[in-house]
Amino acid sequence: MSNAVIHIGVITKRNLLANLRLPDVLVLSTIQPVTFMLLFLYVFGGAIENALPAAAQGEYINWLVPGILAQSAVFGAAPTAFGLNRDRANGVIDRFRSLPMARSAVLAGRTLADLVRNAFILTLQLGVGIALGFRLQTSIWHLLAAMALALAFGYACSWIMATLGLAMKNAEAIQAAVYLVVFPLTLTSSVFLPTSTMPEWLATFADHQPITIVSNALRGLTLGEGALPVGHTIAGEVLTALAWTVGILVVFVPLAIRTYRRAVS
Amino acid sequence: MSNAIISVEHLLKAYGEVKALDGLSLDIERGVIFALLGPNGAGKTTLIRILATLLRADGGTAHVAGYDVRRNPAEVRRRIGLAGQYAAVDDYLTGRENTEMTGRLYGLPRRQARARAGEVLERLHLADAADRQVKTYSGGMRRRIDLAASLVGEPDILFLDEPTTGVDPASRRDIWGLIHDLVDGGTTVLLTTQYLEEADQLADRIAVIDHGRLVSEGTAEQLKARTGGSVLELSVPDDQRDSAVAILGGVDGGHATYDTHRGTLVLPARRGANTLREALQRLDGAGIRPDDIGLHQPTLDDVFLHLTGRAPAPSALAERTMV
Repeated sequence: MSNAVIHIGVITKRNLLANLRLPDVLVLSTIQPVTFMLLFLYVFGGAIENALPAAAQGEYINWLVPGILAQSAVFGAAPTAFGLNRDRANGVIDRFRSLPMARSAVLAGRTLADLVRNAFILTLQLGVGIALGFRLQTSIWHLLAAMALALAFGYACSWIMATLGLAMKNAEAIQAAVYLVVFPLTLTSSVFLPTSTMPEWLATFADHQPITIVSNALRGLTLGEGALPVGHTIAGEVLTALAWTVGILVVFVPLAIRTYRRAVS
Repeated sequence: MSNAIISVEHLLKAYGEVKALDGLSLDIERGVIFALLGPNGAGKTTLIRILATLLRADGGTAHVAGYDVRRNPAEVRRRIGLAGQYAAVDDYLTGRENTEMTGRLYGLPRRQARARAGEVLERLHLADAADRQVKTYSGGMRRRIDLAASLVGEPDILFLDEPTTGVDPASRRDIWGLIHDLVDGGTTVLLTTQYLEEADQLADRIAVIDHGRLVSEGTAEQLKARTGGSVLELSVPDDQRDSAVAILGGVDGGHATYDTHRGTLVLPARRGANTLREALQRLDGAGIRPDDIGLHQPTLDDVFLHLTGRAPAPSALAERTMV
C-alpha cells in the first residue's frame, strides 16, 4: 500500500513537471476561461443584467464567476484525456505497465496532477473575477467550500476523460469528442444565463444536468440562497452536486482502470 | 528445459483473422543474447509484449524467470526491463530524472534510485548529458536513455524491441557494445530485429520467426549450415529472370529465389561445384546467359531468404545510404 502511495507521488510529480516545463499548454488553458469571462461579461453582460435574480446585485460578474468556475472545472479535466493518450502513443504506458508498480498509480498520478493544475487555474480565475468586480455575498468558508466542490466535480470529470483518452487512439478525435460534448453542455446550463429564459424543453434538460447543478451550488455558496431558482436550497444543491460527483467516480474509476489494463499501443 | 529462463509453449495470439502467434514454442537459456529475427508482422513484437506482461495470449503458456506471465505477472515485472520500439522517456525531464523516476517505480528507495541512476548513466556514456532535458538529445542518445531506464532496476531479463531501428550506424555499434557488456554482467537479453547483421553480430542464438511460427532456431553458424552447404548466386538480365527461376527449379531439390535487395537469384547448392555445373547446363540449354554467377558460403541473408521466401530488410548499415 505504501508502495502505491510512493508510485502515485512519483507519477504525479512527473505530470506536474510537464506543466512547469511545457508551460504553453497551461498558459493556453488559462487564457481560454479568462477570455470567456471577458467576452461574456462585456458582450452579453449589459443585456443579461435585467434577467438576473436580485442576489446578483444587478452585476452580471456576480452571476458569471461561479458559473465560469463550474465550466472551467469541467474543461480542466480534458488534459487528463490528452495526457494519457500521449503517454500511450509514446510507449510510456507500455513502460509503466511492464514495471512492478501499483496498477492504479498511472491513473491516480495523472488525475491528481490535473487536480492540482485545475486548482491553480480556478484560483487564478477567481482572482481575475474579483478584479473585474465579483463580490462574495457570503463568507470565506462558503467560498472555500465552493472551490472544493468545483475541484471535486472537475476531478470526477477527469476520470471520464481518462476513460476517453485510453479508449480512443486518435488525439484529434478525442479533441473533437471533448469539445462537441462539453461545449454545448456548458452552454445549455445555468453557467452563463438563468435557465428560465430558455424554451421549456431545453430548460427542463438544463435544470437537471450536472453542470447546472454545480453552477447553482457554487452560486448558492458565494451569493446566497437568493441566487438559486425558487424553492431550491444551498444544502440541496450542494448535496445533489456531490451526488453527481460520487456517481461519476463510482462509474468511471473502475471503467478507466479496466480500459487502462487493456490499453495497448 | 530446466535451465531455461524464458520458456514458451504453443503460444497463440490472434488479432481478428490475423494469427500473430500460431503455436510458437521456444526456450531461452540464462545469460545469452537471443535474437528474434523475422520480417515485419512475423509476431516478434507480439511475443515480447506477452513476455513483458503487456498482452495476454489467447492460448499456450509462457514462463519468465520461472513465473507464469499470466498467473504471476507481478513477479515477472520485478525481474524484467523493457525498451520498446520508441524511446519511452519524457522529453521535458532530464536524462537523470527519467532514469531516477523509473528506479523509484521499480521500488528503489530515493537514495538508491539516485545512486543506481548515476551508475547506469555512466555505463551508457550519458553522464555528461544527464542533466539536460531529453528533448535536446540525438536519436542515439534517446535510445540509450531509454535503455538506461530499462536497466535501472537491474533486471535479470531485458527485452529490447528493435533496439537500433532508426539509429545511425555509429550509435548502433555503440548500443551493440552496451548490450554485450550487459550479458557479461549476467543479464539475459531477448531482442527483436529485422537486421540480419544485428542478429549475426550480437546474438548467441537466433530464432527465425515467420507468420507467428518458429521457422528455425540455433546459432548463426548452425542456421547457415542448415541452408545446406554453399549458396549459388547469379544475376541474369531482368527479362529472363522468371524463366531462369523456372528452369532452375528442382536443381538439388531446391528452388531459386529472387532477392529483391541484392537483385540476384539465390539457390541452395548442396553439391557445390556439381550444382553450379548443372545450373549452368540448364541455363545454357534455355539460352540464358548469366551476367555473373558464383558459389559462396551462406550468409544470414541466404538463411532468411531460404526460410521465409522473402528478402530481409536492407542491411542495417546500408540503410543510411538509402535514406
